[in-house]
Amino acid sequence: MNEYLFLYRGSTRPSSPQEMQEVMQLWMAWMQDLATRGHMKERGQPLEGTGKTVNGTERTVTDGPYAEAKDLVGGYTIILAKDLDEAAELSKGCPVFDRGGSVEVRPVMKM
Amino acid sequence: MSADEPVESLFRRESGRMVAVLTRVFGVHNLSLVEDVVQDAFCRAMEVWQFRGMPDAPAAWLMTVAKNRALDALRRERTARTFAPELTRLLESEWTLVSTLDEQFAPLAIKDDVLRLMFSCCDPRIGEDSQVALVLHMLCGFSVDEVAGAFVASHAAMEKRLTRAKKVLVQAAQLFDTADTAGFSSRLPAVQRVIYLLFNEGYHGASPQFAVRASLCQEAMRLAGLLQEHPLGSTPATDALAALMCLDAARLPARTDAAGDLVALPDQDRAKYDRDLLAEGDRLLQRAARGPELTTYHVEAAIAWVHTSAVRGEDTDWTRIVTLYDMLMSVRPSPVVALNRAIAVAQLEGPEAGLKAIAEIEHRDKLARYPFFPAALGELELRAGRPAAARPHFREALRLARNPAERRFLQQREIACAGGAPDVVPASAVRASSSAGPRRPARPAPSAPGPSPSPSPPSRPVPSG
Repeated sequence: MNEYLFLYRGSTRPSSPQEMQEVMQLWMAWMQDLATRGHMKERGQPLEGTGKTVNGTERTVTDGPYAEAKDLVGGYTIILAKDLDEAAELSKGCPVFDRGGSVEVRPVMKM
Repeated sequence: MSADEPVESLFRRESGRMVAVLTRVFGVHNLSLVEDVVQDAFCRAMEVWQFRGMPDAPAAWLMTVAKNRALDALRRERTARTFAPELTRLLESEWTLVSTLDEQFAPLAIKDDVLRLMFSCCDPRIGEDSQVALVLHMLCGFSVDEVAGAFVASHAAMEKRLTRAKKVLVQAAQLFDTADTAGFSSRLPAVQRVIYLLFNEGYHGASPQFAVRASLCQEAMRLAGLLQEHPLGSTPATDALAALMCLDAARLPARTDAAGDLVALPDQDRAKYDRDLLAEGDRLLQRAARGPELTTYHVEAAIAWVHTSAVRGEDTDWTRIVTLYDMLMSVRPSPVVALNRAIAVAQLEGPEAGLKAIAEIEHRDKLARYPFFPAALGELELRAGRPAAARPHFREALRLARNPAERRFLQQREIACAGGAPDVVPASAVRASSSAGPRRPARPAPSAPGPSPSPSPPSRPVPSG
């Protein structure tokens, strides 16, 4: 099994408590399913929407991440799959797609 | 509130508690700050838990997150804003800020805040329909869209209604004082009424989604539970209201069939009734009988009890039901109650007597937008052996139908008229794909408040069934 990083981007926030709970439960169920099937390496974390970017030889510090809202990374997970195709296939169950988001699937480099 | 409350409505339930405590701390004039903080707390909980899973005591966690967000907001805003007048001094000083907030977030204090907010929402300067919408929005965590969905109103119309209602809250400058005994008792009937209307909207309302309607019923029962826990709120009228809701809610599982179609009372599978709710309804109805007070809730609960206590639909004690409707008419007369009474009369004395009773209803014009009024006329004509006279009534009812389930139900009745047989053809024989349709008039549902402020029947009782 190889390791793959899922980067979640740009899903819209639900507007009511009930909707939030429903979205949360979808995510929990999806993650649980990956774990049950032996694909979960690290559940990962959500990220704040704020941050700073440090850049250039001058180490210039600017406020905020680079990206626009839709490109902003909202969290990450590391999963196990036999190849990139399977990893991409596994990402398809992610609830992020139903709220306008995307998943970037990146193989973790091996020696 | 007990720990075994369903987790499916956890966020919704906690939302009302958060809004209540934060409104108390920030002051009612800072409602939008309250809403921002609550929204932020939920977003955080949602995002962290979707990765890490839910903790063991999620409700307590949510409250802690809300408290921390509130602390941030207080520190950030205290130079620019004033907060609850009676807490301002304590919140301004860093020495007392945290301990004051801890005190406000104690479970008992929060319970009191919820009640306080509920009573504040039932301000007589806010119209009844808006009170219901406001309670749903503030105490049950329904977004504007969800409230609009529940009342089948447009987002814009509901937004306007809620904004206007909130303005009254803000202008009041202070939350309702639940320690004021006389004030509590005089506002209590309005609060009971809002809970009743909320439940009715769920039970009979226009929303096509069963899930939406069931959650309105649940929320109404939860709010009644809060009243019951308060020494001044736990009156015979509150018990009667709670009994009524239990007895009606017990029938929810039998009210729609597998296809989501309405099943009329006589055809409901009584084995599907919720035994626990029936028992609780019985218990509460007995408790409600203490003291001399007799409210419409008592009478309506008694009607519901007569219905549920019949082993089969045909065993229903219609004599008693007619007597109870007579009683209801003398306490709180309305065209809807009169129509229900007429239907009960038809069960007892036959369709002609029922039609006569309908013809005698005063202010019948108030039922003009109400699909089950023409439907009742159609049913009785059909049973009197006059399908040709019945048909136009069902057409009219179809025109007024408010959702697909009502439409399907009424279409079947119209098809039954086409048979031309003097006796009623069971709908199941007409359309084999669906379950047996009603042979008797459906229980009229009270008219929904609707998207426009057009006149609705003056009273929206829970008719039997």
